[in-house]
Amino acid sequence: MTLRSLRIVRTFLSVYYAYMVEYRAELIFWVLSGSFPLIFLGLWNQAAQSNDLGFTPAQFAQYFLAVFLARQFTVVWVIWDFEKEVVQGTLSPLLLQPIDPVWRHFFGHVAERFTRLPFVLLLVGLFCLLYPEAIWIPTPYACFWGIVSLILAFCLRFLIQYTFAMLAFWVERANAIEQFWFLFYTFLSGLVAPLTLFPDAVREFALWTPFPYLIYFPASLLVGLPVDLPRGLITMASWGLLAFIINRKLWRLGLKHYSGMGA
Amino acid sequence: MPIINVENLGKVYPVAIKSPGIKGTIRHFFHRTYRNIEAVKQVSFAIEPGEIVGFLGPNGAGKTTTLKMLTGLIHPSSGTVAVAGHRPFNRDAQFLRNITLVMGQKQQLIWDLPALDSLKINAAVYDLSDAEARQRIGELAEMLSIQDQLKQPVRKLSLGERMKAEMLAALLHRPQVLFLDEPTLGLDINAQVAVRSFLKDYNERYGATVLLTSHYMADITALCDRVLVIHQGSLIYDGLLDGLLDRFAPYREVSVEFARHQTINAATLAPYGDLQSLEGCKATFLVRTGKLTDTVSKLLNHLSVQDLTIAEPPIEDVIGKVFQTGSLK
Repeated sequence: MTLRSLRIVRTFLSVYYAYMVEYRAELIFWVLSGSFPLIFLGLWNQAAQSNDLGFTPAQFAQYFLAVFLARQFTVVWVIWDFEKEVVQGTLSPLLLQPIDPVWRHFFGHVAERFTRLPFVLLLVGLFCLLYPEAIWIPTPYACFWGIVSLILAFCLRFLIQYTFAMLAFWVERANAIEQFWFLFYTFLSGLVAPLTLFPDAVREFALWTPFPYLIYFPASLLVGLPVDLPRGLITMASWGLLAFIINRKLWRLGLKHYSGMGA
Repeated sequence: MPIINVENLGKVYPVAIKSPGIKGTIRHFFHRTYRNIEAVKQVSFAIEPGEIVGFLGPNGAGKTTTLKMLTGLIHPSSGTVAVAGHRPFNRDAQFLRNITLVMGQKQQLIWDLPALDSLKINAAVYDLSDAEARQRIGELAEMLSIQDQLKQPVRKLSLGERMKAEMLAALLHRPQVLFLDEPTLGLDINAQVAVRSFLKDYNERYGATVLLTSHYMADITALCDRVLVIHQGSLIYDGLLDGLLDRFAPYREVSVEFARHQTINAATLAPYGDLQSLEGCKATFLVRTGKLTDTVSKLLNHLSVQDLTIAEPPIEDVIGKVFQTGSLK
């Protein structure tokens, strides 16, 4: 990385951090809107008390707390921003700068993680007060691979959504495909239930898709549930590479197609 | 050697056609039909370094499409473009460092932050050192008289202040070629004058080349000696602004105030020129430039004249006629 790149990264992070701080009030609601896993926890807790699911209520609490954290740090909205830029023509000024516009979006998302952090910690603290059994101390191994997989999950989620966003060059509402994709994401990512509770065939199928690696994989690593680490990393890298190749191809074709609508 | 060279440039857009009403909507849903619109046709021109050229045309004439092709935002359908030795649509980093595009209706500044934050990003992207960025921001802010507003959130600035801040952001990397699309749109008279004088100053100080579109003729007359006129996608004039007047409006406006004791009517004045107005003892004629001296002599000899003025027709009227007829014949 060159000195110029480092300076650009530092500047993007500091400016977009300031930008996100402007929305601090809204951030509380955005964080709360990601508390879906905590609702599922209540349901699974009830189920675990009356059936033998292979998970104790405490394990469920830990798992869904980790899912909550994974959701908070992998949330991505680039498709809505990019679609607006293409449709309204505000992509034009960004295309005239000698830097790919994706970096603004990417570091905007990264900066938002830092602004979100205090609110997330506050909610985690509150959650631990309500469910003291959810408190666990991750091992250094779980900590390291949990954080690495969280970062990779965010990058993969960003890359896939940004690839869908490229469709905005041809259709006016590219976010429709993200919403369709979200259906599979909800059920196959481990957001509603740990993958270990899925039927074997469904779980095996899901593990070939990118979805479990966005939530289930980092969450399981954080709480110490058994996962196939090499397979997970290779699958994430493969999906990432595929998304990257498609993304760059669509970007080049899209730019040719772009008419700078409204610009 | 020209810094902008355009040869036989053309752009064709496919546009979806839909009939109104529910039937049209259903037909459009199942079977879309398209029509090709030729937005720019066979346009050729060359601009030398340091020139300020006005780019005129009515709405939809193809000005913005041409600017977008010159900046590499869209690919031409035909023809060739070279700007500062680059093919714009390749979007080489060196090309992007040499140009800028200011659009009166679009902004690049981050709305909720002070302009200084956006300028910080631009400084990093264009690889300006902190000291260099500070010096340039100071210099441009002084030229634009906007020093105090750079620390306020962009959304709190007036339209004129925002336009100045946009201009500062667009020029921080000191581009050699400026494409300006309606830079004074919606600004009040004072802000328009400030932006114009800034552009003149920037052009003189850095020898920058400027291609400017504007619906305000005052921008054009204040800044441009040369104009390009585009109509329905075709370039119909490329030359001096004065030449445009001579070619399209080869007449002068003669206003006369007659002595009160005379009886003046339209019939009396008909032989002197094309009568535009007659109110009491005041009349206005259009007289062809070739007959001007002769007509004025006759007027002074045959009628009792108290006051007489000769003026060029307003440039707005001339341009308006060019746009209406689409020709300079």
